[in-house]
Amino acid sequence: MATDKKVQNYELMVIFTPVLAEDDFKTAQKKYTDFIKTNGGEIVHEDAWGLRSLAYPIAKKTTGLYLVVEYSAPTDVNAKLEVQMNRDENIMRHMVTSLDKFAVAYNNRKRSKNLTAENA
Amino acid sequence: MAKQNEIKFLTAQRVEKRQKKYCRFKKMGIRYVDYKDGEFLKKFLNEQGKMLPRRISGNSLKFQRKVSQAIKKARQMAILPYVTDLLK
Repeated sequence: MATDKKVQNYELMVIFTPVLAEDDFKTAQKKYTDFIKTNGGEIVHEDAWGLRSLAYPIAKKTTGLYLVVEYSAPTDVNAKLEVQMNRDENIMRHMVTSLDKFAVAYNNRKRSKNLTAENA
Repeated sequence: MAKQNEIKFLTAQRVEKRQKKYCRFKKMGIRYVDYKDGEFLKKFLNEQGKMLPRRISGNSLKFQRKVSQAIKKARQMAILPYVTDLLK
């Protein structure tokens, strides 16, 4: 049907400033995952890497709080999401990658591997 | 006397046969190059953080393209550096 919006798989990676407190980081995570959900998207997996050192300084900071979210959403969500992220002063970098079927399979396999490693 | 046109060596001449290069993605059956895995992508960089050419890495064109995209994404997100010295 033409009225149906096309749904695609995406992966969002955000680098927040390291000055954020732990609670603030969690609320910021929730803010963006909720934003995707309210716009008709679906979160597949959420992975907060936490504090990591950057390969080169961004905005005079050598560390950053990483967040990786895998989601499937209609194609118009990303533009809205980008506006939100550009306005946010806590975000140093962000990137949305569209995933092909191999990427989705790769992520699934990686996740299941991690799960078995944790259980063992 | 030995025949002419036949050259003989006192010690057997070593002819090193170099192993043929191959595309590791095709050989290992990897279909997707992950930009989040910085350690893996470092295999395709030299010490200054520059990308290795296909001539050296042996990648097929298809996967060299994917590797280059992944490296560029990783650089944007500060997983890999743009320029350095002594990366490895």
